[in-house]
Parts: sequence; structure tokens; C-alpha cells
Amino acid sequence: MSPRLKLFVPLGLFVLLAVLLFRGLSLDPQALPSALVDKPLPVFTLPRLADDTPLTTTEIVGQPMLLNVWATWCISCRVEHPYLQRLADDGVLIYGVNYKDDVPAARQWLAELGDPYEASIVDASGSLGLDLGVYGAPETYFVDAQGVIRYRHVGVIDERVWTSRLAPIYGQMGGVWPANRQSPGENH
Amino acid sequence: MIPELGHFALILALVMALGLTIIPLWGSFRGHYGAMRLAPSLAAGVVVFCSISFACLVVAFLQDDFSVRVVASNSNSLLPPIYKFSAVWGNHEGSLLLWVLILAFWIGAVATFSRGLPTIMLARVLAIMGAIAIGFLSFSLFTSNPFARLLPGVPADGNDLNPLLQDPGLIIHPPLLYMGYVGFSVAFAFAVAALLGGRLDAAWARWSRPWTNVAWAFLSVGIMLGSWWAYYELGWGGWWFWDPVENASFMPWLAGTALLHSLAVTEKRGLFKSWTVLLAIFAFSLSLLGTFLVRSGVLTSVHAFAADPARGLFVLVFLAIVVGGSLTLYAVRAPAVRSGIGFSLLSRETLLLINNVVFLVATLTVLFGTLFPLLMDSLGQGKYSVGPPYFNAVFVPLMALLVPFMGIGPISRWRDDSVNRWRSRLLVPGLVVVALAMILPWFSSQSFNIWVALAVLLSGWLLAGLWADFRDRSRNSPGLVRALRRQPASYWGMVLAHAGFAAVMLGVVATSQYSVERDLRMAPGESELLAGYRFEFVETRRLRGPNYLADGAYFAVYRGQKLVTHLLAEKRRYLASGSVMTEAAIDAGLFRDLYVAMGEPVGDQGAWAIRLHYKPMVRWMWLGALAMGLGGLTTALDRRYRRAARTPARADAHVAQA
Repeated sequence: MSPRLKLFVPLGLFVLLAVLLFRGLSLDPQALPSALVDKPLPVFTLPRLADDTPLTTTEIVGQPMLLNVWATWCISCRVEHPYLQRLADDGVLIYGVNYKDDVPAARQWLAELGDPYEASIVDASGSLGLDLGVYGAPETYFVDAQGVIRYRHVGVIDERVWTSRLAPIYGQMGGVWPANRQSPGENH
Repeated sequence: MIPELGHFALILALVMALGLTIIPLWGSFRGHYGAMRLAPSLAAGVVVFCSISFACLVVAFLQDDFSVRVVASNSNSLLPPIYKFSAVWGNHEGSLLLWVLILAFWIGAVATFSRGLPTIMLARVLAIMGAIAIGFLSFSLFTSNPFARLLPGVPADGNDLNPLLQDPGLIIHPPLLYMGYVGFSVAFAFAVAALLGGRLDAAWARWSRPWTNVAWAFLSVGIMLGSWWAYYELGWGGWWFWDPVENASFMPWLAGTALLHSLAVTEKRGLFKSWTVLLAIFAFSLSLLGTFLVRSGVLTSVHAFAADPARGLFVLVFLAIVVGGSLTLYAVRAPAVRSGIGFSLLSRETLLLINNVVFLVATLTVLFGTLFPLLMDSLGQGKYSVGPPYFNAVFVPLMALLVPFMGIGPISRWRDDSVNRWRSRLLVPGLVVVALAMILPWFSSQSFNIWVALAVLLSGWLLAGLWADFRDRSRNSPGLVRALRRQPASYWGMVLAHAGFAAVMLGVVATSQYSVERDLRMAPGESELLAGYRFEFVETRRLRGPNYLADGAYFAVYRGQKLVTHLLAEKRRYLASGSVMTEAAIDAGLFRDLYVAMGEPVGDQGAWAIRLHYKPMVRWMWLGALAMGLGGLTTALDRRYRRAARTPARADAHVAQA
């Protein structure tokens, strides 16, 4: 390559970048595929976080539940965690998907911060996440008693989001909230 | 009336900027000195009208003029006046106007302080900055007019400023950051003007250097403030997230750091000319890219402004013109011939080249990580998010690789140096540093930590190099005070910046390794032991601020029996928007911060989710960044820049100085 031609390399790279950015303008980062809404939960067999014993789709389906995608590397999950704990104390059934995470770190996290999950599914390779169309963590799927995904919430669940938007959805699929506070285990 | 006045002033500023671009540039190619000499006056026009326009928007905010759309959506009559003022740039339109104002400020500064430049050079530099101003002024006027009215149907009160932004740190963070971003436009304008004139020489590098240093200094302090704000405001003690918007400010900083050092070589030795020009273009292009990423909504981020494809397209076209145009100019005009000046493998040139390569690779890895989600999405590969693990895995080793060379840097000689010379100066300090690295980590309350030991070693190595260099410099001075006073400002700037870097490194590693945090359920009366401190939850309090109500958790912190401090963490509910904010309580110290944040109430017995942090040496990284910023400002004060500006003809006389 002649020396003069080499000086065109930065320009060429920039043109590629500009094309990419132009393409990016027509994509909406908030628009997430919702193809799975009203479809059954994907079939999986993955280890439990607590003891590595296998857990399958059929075992967890049967009651209205929340499937919460979380990870120790996820900052917002930490923000969300106390509120999930509160929902769990109020009798909401929550399963966790520990997404692309380190198992010991995840166990330690639950030991330290408390465990709102009925069980957490270890999805180290992200295969379940791929089937669900997970974009990032935290994400929460609302699954009804028949195992059909009814709603998908992207981002943190806090009191405001829950009471204004999510609690009605949870109610529509037959969930009771707040359940009897004296015996939070009764629902399970 | 006042908003219309502001709007009109903005239009006049655009007219002035058009004049500033066209007339002097035309003059410079036709050899018409009258046209070229108009540049400083036209520059003054841009400054005046941008200032009037900005002042009008400030008045609209301070007077609660809710007929102006941005005021109605970003302010509230209950907001304290200082936040009404900072609310001006707490939104897309206003912050763009701030951007324009700061660009005008830099244009004015160049017009004022560069009178000594050759007329043709000054005319071209100002014309190019004028062209950038045209872009941003049109962006503001045509896609994001800050003075748009809500008529009829003026709301009774405004929507309030996002509570996250109601904070002292956020009053000065954006202006400083923009001073840095936009400041790189000066180095860019000098580079493009030099390419137009076909004269890339030591004088050009010396003219650009002080401007680049000052811009870099502002950017360093701006980034540091952002990190500090995130730490105390977001409520969980993090200080850097590799968020796309943070990266947008960090990439120009990395490229700017490479540029600073490359300019030194070009000034002193007349080498790396094309490379330096490319870096100058690169640093400013990354500033523009940052603007695009923040304002177009192509990436999701916590700080992004409202997404708007029309705005995105505008910035992209502007980006294509500025960056594409300057890179084309570069490709056509940059000297392709290898310079005849040589240097050996062991020399300051080589060390600075290593600096350049490391910082450039760091910039590119950050750029890649930031754009990767966009790349995969446009290729139809689905949504990805690149998190801190990627950035830490590539960035930390790069910085560690840099430090061994950075330590030798100050003592090295231009052109040709020898390992023996380095050894004779650095062997003893180096051994002392190794010993310290083995010993110091034992003094922490926790067990020996290899990463902290490494950080002590690397930081110490930097200081050892600075120390050896100072001994060399003071060898011929009769007394220490004399030796200290004899050193030029640029030397002290370098010392401050390098020592600051050492402090940042130490702070980052110590706080990452030694921090202890605990999330608990605590009720008043309970206490918890953390890293030797006993946090006692004394009581909850109900508090009332000017525009919020809050629950407060009042803590007393003891070390042994001794009371260390009282902390009052808050959970605020802002009245206008209803948003809930965590206000952490922090006891800051040079060697440790104690940090309490309130979560949600738990159960019915008045207990709360409480987060306690012990963060050792976290301040070091902000103090270090501050020292780096001060260093950048100090170098610009060096006498030789003032002298050089006055007598550009004698420029080559200084080339040989080391």
C-alpha cells in the first residue's frame, strides 16, 4: 500500500462507523421482542441454584408466578431485590433465573441479601435466557397457572411500578396480592 | 417577551457564526487580509449573542415562566433557586444551549489569547470553530428550540426537575464536562487549519498544546465529578459503571491523553506529526460521537436524554460532515513522507509512543464495547448488553501495562538513552517501592491482598520515577528551595498529573478490594458491627425539605467506645413528581468513608432495609483526578507558551530544549 493510501484508512473506518450509526437510528433500543407473550414457557431442564438438582418446566408450572431474571453483576437487580423480598413475604410466588452468573457468587448474594425465590434456575450459558428473549437483567415474566407467559416487564420492579401496573396483571392471571400476611407459606 | 429575545439572539448568533466561517476562510485563500482580520470581531459577535440567548433562558427559569416548554417540563415553583438555575441544563434543549455557550466561550478565548498567531492561522482556526458553531446553533434552532412556548394552555406549575439532578454536584458537572468536550474543538481547529495551510510544524504543536491541556484538565475534573455524584446520589456506593454515557465522556479523555503526549513529541522533536493531527481529529470526533450517542437514543443508558430520531439524524449528518471532512482533508494533505529525524529504541520518544498505543487501544476497546450492542442489533443478532466484566477485563490490564513505562518516562532522554542510566537512577527507589508493596498492605485491617500490593508497587513506581527525575533536576542547585523554584510550570503540571494518576490507581484498587458492605433489616435501637465500626440505628425521623418529604434514619457510629460521627440517611419523596429518592449519608475521610443508605420499610415494626458500607480510600481516586486536572491547567501556565505566542518566528529555537 502506498503511504498516501494508508492515510485514507481512518476515513474508511469512519465511513463504516457512520453506516452503523445510521442503521442504529432506525432501531429502537426499548422495543423488545414480545413474541413469547401468550405463548407457553419454554421447556428446560436446568440445575437449581441451591443444590444443583435438576429442575424442569413442568415442576414449576401450576400456579401464577413471576419469573425474575437476575444476576450478581446486575446493578439494578440489587436495587430491585428488597422489593422482591417484600413481594415474596406477601405471598407472591417468584422463581429466579440466575442469568449468566457465577454460582458461588449468586449463592453468597442470596445468603447475604435474603432469598425471595421459591427456587432459582441456574442459566449459566444463557440458553433459557435466549429462549425467553432476555435482553438484560432485571427482567420479569408473568406466568399463569397454565404455564403461559402473560406479560413481560423490563427493568426494576419497585413499589410504584408494582402497585400501578404490575399488581393488576398479577391479579388478572389469578394471583392474590397481598396474600394473608400471617402465613406467607400457605400459597406455595 | 424575554424568550423571544433569547430566540432572536440565537438566530443572530447563527448569522455571526456563518459570517465567521465564510469571510475569514475566503480571505485566507484569496490573501485578503481585511477579511481575515474580521475574524476576532465576528467571534466576539458569536460570544455576545450566545451569552444573551443563554441569559434569557436562565431568566425564564428563574422567573418560573411556565409558558416556555422546557421550563414547564423541567422546573417547578417550589424548586430552590439554585436548582432552577441548574435546571437550565438538566434537559436536552437547555444543555445544548449550554454546549453552544461554551463553544462560544472557547471561540472568544482563542480570539483573545492568540493575537500573536499569524493572521492567516488565526483566521482559519476561528473560521473552523465558527463552522462547528454553525452546526450546533442550527441543531438547537431547527430541532430543539429551547424557547418554544406552550401557548395557549400555560400550565399552572411545572413538572419539576428530575430529583436525581437536584444536587450540588450536578450544578457544576455538566459545565465542566462540556468545557472539556468542546475544548477539544480548539485542538481540532488548529489541526485542520494546519492541514489547510500544509504547515505541520513545531510551532503548530506549541500553539495547540496549552489549549489541549486546559480542555483535558476540565474533562478530567468533569468526569471525576460525575463519578463522585453517582457515588453519593445513586445510593449504593458505586462510582463507575461503564455506562454508554460515561464511556462517551471517557473516550475523548483517553484520546485526549494520547494527544497531550503526542503533542509533546511533535513540539520538542518535530516527530509524529501526522499521527498527532490524527489524534486531534480523533479526540474531537469522539466528543461529537458522545453527543450523538447521548442525544439520539441509539443506546439505552441511565442518563440519555429523550430519544428522537430526527435529532439523531441531524447530529449524524453533522458528524459525517465534520469527521468525514476532516479525515478526507487528512488523507489528502497530511505529510505521507517519513520524517528524517530518527530516534533509538531506548528514548523518550519510544516511551511516549507506548503511551500513545496504550491509550489508543484503550479508547478503541471502550468504543468497541460501547457500540457492540448496536452492532449486533443492526446485524439482526438480537439484543446484547456489554457489562463491566468486559470493560474491566480489557481496561485494567492495559493500564497496568502502561505504568512500568510511565515510571521511566520522566527521567528518560529524548533521542537516545541507555538502560544503564535508567538502572542507576531507578534501582534503589525501585527496591524501596518493592519493599513497601510487600509491607504496606499488612497495615490494613484485612488480610494481605495481592492486588493492593500490586497497586502500591505500580503507584510507588510512578512516584519513584518522579523522585529520580527531581533529583536529576536539582543536582546543580545549591538548595532545595532554589531547585523547587527553578522548575517550570509545565514540569509541575506533569508531576501533579502523574502523581494524581498514582493516587487514582491506588484508590480504585484499595476501594475495590477492601470495601465491605452489608444489606440488613434494622429497626431503631439495633446496631451492627462493620469493619470495626458499630453502626447504631438511633431513631427514625420525619423531615420536610423545600419540595419534598422524607423519612430519615438517624445513626450514631462508634469505634470501640468512641463516637465517630452521626449520620442521617434519607428516603425522600418529591412532591411535584412523586418520585422517591435515596439520599445516602456519608462520613467522608481520607482513608475511609462510612456510608449509610435507606431502602424500603420492612414489616410493620418500623424496621427498614438498610445498607451499610465501609469504603477505604475511595476519596483518593477523586483527589487524584482533581490533581490531574490541576496538573493540566498548570502546564498551560508555562511561560514558554506566552513567549511563543508573541514571537512565533523564533519557534524553532526551542525545539532542542528538553
